[in-house]
Amino acid sequence: MAEHKSISKEESYSFDRSAIDYIRNAAAHGLYEIRGMGAKRKLPSFDDLVFLGASNSRYPLEGYREKCSTKTILGTRFAKKPIELEIPITIAGMSFGSLSANVKEALGRAATEVGTSTTTGDGGMTQEERQSSKTLVYQCLPSRYGFNPDDLRKADAIEVVIGQGAKPGGGGMLLGQKVSPRVAGMRTLPEGIDQRSACRHPDWTGPDDLAIKITELREITDWEKPIYVKVGATRTFNDVKLAVHSGADVVVVDGMQGGTAATQTCFIEHIGIPTLAAVKQAVAALEDLDMKGKVQLIVSGGIRTGADVAKALAMGADAVSIGQGVLIALGCNGETYYQNGEHHDASADYAALGTCAGFCHHCHTGKCPVGITTQDEILEQRLTPEVGAKHLKNYLKTLNMELTTIARACGKQNVHHLEREDLVALTIEAAAMAGLPLAGTNWIPGM
Amino acid sequence: MGSVTFDLEQTPVREINHFIHKDADIGDKIAITNAGGAHSIACGCDKELEIIIDGHAGYYAGGMNKDAEITISGSAGTGVGENMMSGKIHVKGFASNGAGASAHGGLLVINGDAGLRCGISLKGGDIVVGGSVGSFSGFMAQAGRMVICGNAADALGDSLYEAIIYLRGEVKSLGADAQFEPMTDDDYAVVAELLSQAGEDFKKFDPKEFKRIASSKSLYHWNSDANQEY
Ligand SMILES: Cc1cc2nc3c(=O)[nH]c(=O)nc-3n(C[C@H](O)[C@H](O)[C@H](O)COP(=O)(O)O)c2cc1C
Ligand code: SF4
Repeated sequence: MAEHKSISKEESYSFDRSAIDYIRNAAAHGLYEIRGMGAKRKLPSFDDLVFLGASNSRYPLEGYREKCSTKTILGTRFAKKPIELEIPITIAGMSFGSLSANVKEALGRAATEVGTSTTTGDGGMTQEERQSSKTLVYQCLPSRYGFNPDDLRKADAIEVVIGQGAKPGGGGMLLGQKVSPRVAGMRTLPEGIDQRSACRHPDWTGPDDLAIKITELREITDWEKPIYVKVGATRTFNDVKLAVHSGADVVVVDGMQGGTAATQTCFIEHIGIPTLAAVKQAVAALEDLDMKGKVQLIVSGGIRTGADVAKALAMGADAVSIGQGVLIALGCNGETYYQNGEHHDASADYAALGTCAGFCHHCHTGKCPVGITTQDEILEQRLTPEVGAKHLKNYLKTLNMELTTIARACGKQNVHHLEREDLVALTIEAAAMAGLPLAGTNWIPGM
Repeated sequence: MGSVTFDLEQTPVREINHFIHKDADIGDKIAITNAGGAHSIACGCDKELEIIIDGHAGYYAGGMNKDAEITISGSAGTGVGENMMSGKIHVKGFASNGAGASAHGGLLVINGDAGLRCGISLKGGDIVVGGSVGSFSGFMAQAGRMVICGNAADALGDSLYEAIIYLRGEVKSLGADAQFEPMTDDDYAVVAELLSQAGEDFKKFDPKEFKRIASSKSLYHWNSDANQEY
């Protein structure tokens, strides 16, 4: 017999314990929650897709022997010097300020070793990341904190950020505890204040202006560097088309699962569309303009595994970029941190933030228990560039091995040959969003 | 030191900018005629050059300027001198929206009026406007100084940080967190100095006529009681 549930202890769906907790907090503090990382609720995702490996009707490649290329070229449309990467997995833009200088250096070292790119973030370029990164993408953000022509010329590509998946339509906030003297200096703002980053660019509004802005950036850099345009996923079909019309070489589409260092929870969970839906729309936009392969597409937001990368590529992306996965590879949400040759328990530091390892999203506090999203002199010692780079390199290599394993199983000598035809969906939602047939059927909902 | 003239009706902007970046030497004089509203003229200069643009310039004239002294005989489109680091840009006519946006240094002089958002996100540059400025001028301006000899439209200095605005005429409204403050001797000296750097056309203004607008700093820290003004 089913377990008896007392009516007097029935939990409400509408007002479950999380909703009650949320209302209590709002009532107690009069503040909305700001937090780091990405959407936590269950969303249709790449997990809802599977590959149709080779069998009788397709011919597989030998997994450990036959070559499978992962070379990736970005920015072939207008730039004299496109970006050439060994793998289609890049490091997403994360600001110095949200991350420590050690972490920035670790990202650069690992990316350089595996042959991929890193990206600056709000607050400008640090010397550490320029020196350690062979290929560095320089972001042009609405705040323009630390933005300057010398760094622009030092960059290998430029990314005009219109929005992020975690907060399309929103600006940024770096709370005062992370605004150290160095961060404040780079941003030309007083130390310790809560820094807002604008949500709109100061010198252009709308796609017609953006086209002129992109031309200016090209003029300043003598048409050498690829220009990326990054959008948070919302009206992705139109936004990608407008980015292409504005002259982008590469469009970056960041889905709602995308991470952030600090954003309102209501933004993270309720604005934007899932990455799965966004990739489909972005690819459709490029195809509609006959620009597939001419303008490259980078997809981000919730990419964790080589299978995720393979699915994004099969759906039509040219590359992916990763934020949260990178932080986790560095030790984010780990129970311990490694310092002076030993592991140290971080549970007390998580507890002080009111959380524990596995659940933390407290990047905004600057008190990262494992020394990643911090500017605190003591905490940042918990992650050295050497240790961080080693783990991140392993992670990126693993993703790439998984990616090529899947590609070979689908009979591809090049990961960029993965195609939609290799995929089916496990749920009706995913099938509809991704425009793929439900497994075992020819049915694509809505088609 | 040499001098060279480009006619924009004959030579495309791209070639002129390429010359400025790669071939021009410090101290060179470059005249650009028939500007005809072209965009991105003389952007990304990175050395001491004297550039004279004859006619009206389009968007982003002198964008990201370092060290060059650029004069535009006509008016300038959106974002003139955006993100300027140093040097001087003098617009003899009017300027459109976002003049001097995010300028980190240098001096932008506009003889006529400036449009919306003049000096938005200013980061250390100085701006002197002979006429009036549009709404949301000085929005989120972080550092640097603006001298406005005419009037200002709505929301002047909204969400100001450390930049200081000196206004001679009337303001339609101040933006959130902006306030009038008494002028000190230092302020008068700053205005006098900037007016003198702006050139002959600005000699007629008396520093004593200017008022100081700065941040009341009440929005420096995120505060739930600020009634959503943050
Ligand atoms: C700590 C952190 C800081 C970030 N800072 C920036 C930034 O400065 N500029 C930006 O465009 N995106 C920023 N992002 C978003 C990432 O560039 C990227 O869009 C996102 O992390 C991708 O999703 P993922 O985290 O699920 O991989 C940040 C993300 C994180 C986690
Ligand atoms: S462990 Fe550090 S990086 Fe990870 S969520 Fe917590 S504060 Fe952010």
